[in-house]
Amino acid sequence: MNSPSEGAANTGSFVTEEALRRLKKRHGAEARFKLYGQLAIGIAIVALVTLLISIFGQASSAFSRHVLSYDLNIEASYVDPERTRDPDTIARNVSGFNLMLQDQLADEFLSEDADRNIQRELYGMFTRLAVLPIARATADSPQTIGSEQTFNVALADDIDLFLKGGVSARKSVAVGVVAAGEGSVEDGITLTLASLDAVEKLRATLTELTRTDVDNAPAVALMKAGNTWYRLEESEGRSLSLTYLAGPRMLPSNGAAIEALVLAQSQENRTVTDRQIAWTEILRAQGRIKSKLNTTLFTNSDSTYPELAGTAAAIVGSLLTMLVTAMLAIPVGIFAAVYLEEFAPKNKLTSLIEVNINNLAAVPSIVFGLLGAAVFINFMGLPRSVPLVGGLVLGLLVLPTVIIASRAALTAVPPSIRTAALGVGASKTQSVFHHVLPLAAPGIMTGAIIGMARALGETAPLLLIGMVAFVAEVPDGPMDESTVLPVLIYKWSTGAERAWEPQTAAAIIVLLVFLVLMNLIAIILRRRFERRW
Amino acid sequence: MDGNMEHFTQTKSSARADTASAPIKVDCQNIDVYYGDKQAIEDISLQIEDRSVTAFIGPSGCGKSTFLRCINRMNDTIESAKVTGKIFMDGANINDPAIDPVLLRSRVGMVFQKPNPFPKSIYDNIAYGPRIHGLASGKAEMDEVVENSLRKAGLWEEVKDRLLAPGTGLSGGQQQRLCIARAIAVSPEVILMDEPCSALDPIATAKIEELIDELRERYCIVIVTHSMQQAARVSQKTAFFHLGKLIEYGDTERIFTNPEHGRTQDYITGRFG
Repeated sequence: MNSPSEGAANTGSFVTEEALRRLKKRHGAEARFKLYGQLAIGIAIVALVTLLISIFGQASSAFSRHVLSYDLNIEASYVDPERTRDPDTIARNVSGFNLMLQDQLADEFLSEDADRNIQRELYGMFTRLAVLPIARATADSPQTIGSEQTFNVALADDIDLFLKGGVSARKSVAVGVVAAGEGSVEDGITLTLASLDAVEKLRATLTELTRTDVDNAPAVALMKAGNTWYRLEESEGRSLSLTYLAGPRMLPSNGAAIEALVLAQSQENRTVTDRQIAWTEILRAQGRIKSKLNTTLFTNSDSTYPELAGTAAAIVGSLLTMLVTAMLAIPVGIFAAVYLEEFAPKNKLTSLIEVNINNLAAVPSIVFGLLGAAVFINFMGLPRSVPLVGGLVLGLLVLPTVIIASRAALTAVPPSIRTAALGVGASKTQSVFHHVLPLAAPGIMTGAIIGMARALGETAPLLLIGMVAFVAEVPDGPMDESTVLPVLIYKWSTGAERAWEPQTAAAIIVLLVFLVLMNLIAIILRRRFERRW
Repeated sequence: MDGNMEHFTQTKSSARADTASAPIKVDCQNIDVYYGDKQAIEDISLQIEDRSVTAFIGPSGCGKSTFLRCINRMNDTIESAKVTGKIFMDGANINDPAIDPVLLRSRVGMVFQKPNPFPKSIYDNIAYGPRIHGLASGKAEMDEVVENSLRKAGLWEEVKDRLLAPGTGLSGGQQQRLCIARAIAVSPEVILMDEPCSALDPIATAKIEELIDELRERYCIVIVTHSMQQAARVSQKTAFFHLGKLIEYGDTERIFTNPEHGRTQDYITGRFG
């Protein structure tokens, strides 16, 4: 009993040079193959992780949203000028509420003589429809008219983005205290600061943030003294010339500390103006801006304003569409598979059908959309944009997948089970329905759910049957106009405003959650009902 | 093939049972089986006695299993298979299209090479046949059928405490006896066994052989086996098949001690096969 390691002398002709060389080559090949496998898995994992990180990173800002907590005086002259106290009239009077909000904001933030452009900047911090919840709440309880109520008013998406750190790169710099000041709020202010070093630091930060390569405009500094905000126009030595932006209309007193907010982009190059930033910072300093969980993402339907847009209608639309798809694809797919696998005679016709089912699974989904548009909408006269048509198209799309998966599951049932059933005198149908189908059920269900998951993520065919329409209301049934999640994602991703970006990522996450849930159900079904034989 | 023709003509007379000690249960006349273009069985006529064990022996691919499967028309389930000839059972030709194979199989049970219990409980394995044939009404009656079948298969004592355990959890030999019990449960008259012990160890094999010997009292048993010792031990009649033809058929004792035919002699002495 000599082991090869005991030396060549004992192993004789069993371990020759040639054999050792071949052995080494074989071990090398094995190690290489293992490495390739690990490499492949590594690439897949890196891709997945990158995808998830980028989606979640983008979406994280969409799950919270900044609102202004505002004490609004509900004045009857705005919201219900005719004194009807009719909830419907009040709820529909969005422009009245809007005007009321604008006037009260103007009272708080603007001087009497503020020009229209400045007014527009202030009003631009909210979208017109931001007052919609206020109108509805007031309509629900008309007794609040005439009293002061605190509401959370959604800030415009650009302001929200600014508060989340977007819009422009920025840096805060303490500039020291005021030594002397002259001029006026109207005509411009010149300050002399106590410390030259601090001013030099400010200038250095301005140079640092200026990105000549991109927009060829120098960085700007917004200066804050107390609650008043100014814009830095020029600086020389220790003196700074400023213009008033927002806040109490006064010159900084001697000895007041000055802070600078340096922004990489000037207001021509960003969506939020200097004055809006000043107002936002003032409100934030007062603690009136809050970050809230963005429930509108789940409760609202689509909107032209990203801060008001939600996925509710698309979720319901997707569920209705899936229902129709499941009702078509699962029973038809299972029966087709059972017939082909268990009953159909094996001849040229069946093999032709088989080949075509396999081919059908590979047909691009957009072709099914064309088919749906031609057959269901043009020929059968069904309405456009409804879940019924979408579900039928997706049902046809996943039918081959369901058939192929079901047939695979049926083939995996050992033939001995069939012969055993036939042997005790069961008929063919009995053997299939009593024994084969229950054993194949987990595989069939898994295939069906994976097919449904594919249908859930399908966009192209639905574009062709008009499910891309703007749907502002949650659909009531399969014959109601609606949209679905992937189409909504597609639509949002094409939105021009920056705020659509996190919104799109958030919708993708909603879709992913649905897909993960469906796959989870598939795994649980498989675990639960799988039987060994 | 040509060389075998003369054997075939010589042995035609020996296809009759040597002694007419028991009534004939299955009378096969001029059976041919084709798989597509290939002929698997050539003109076999054979009479099987009731309440006895008949063994089919022969080298692999000689058609003994195919012939066995003619008796409960299992070949119907193979699409390319075509069976001609007549098989009379109690005076009726079972190859007649008017005979439903489902009904036939409730009278001719079958046990397969590999134990194939349903992936259900032991109880349900036995109860399935009686249930679909409506042989028991009510739970009590079904319990009785299950117990009787398991007793006849010699499995009752081993499984009576775990009737609801899965049948697939039993040992190989127990599974095969479960399959025999399942066949018995529909009260057949003939039991076909296709190499029932080929997947079992010697101890399990011995138990099955013992069981076959007991079952002979009530049923007509046909067993295909690769083991000549097994054929010699359990059967009263033996048929030797070669290349789709029946070479010799007669009392087991005579076949093994004094075969008429050279080829039989060669096979049982181990010169080929």
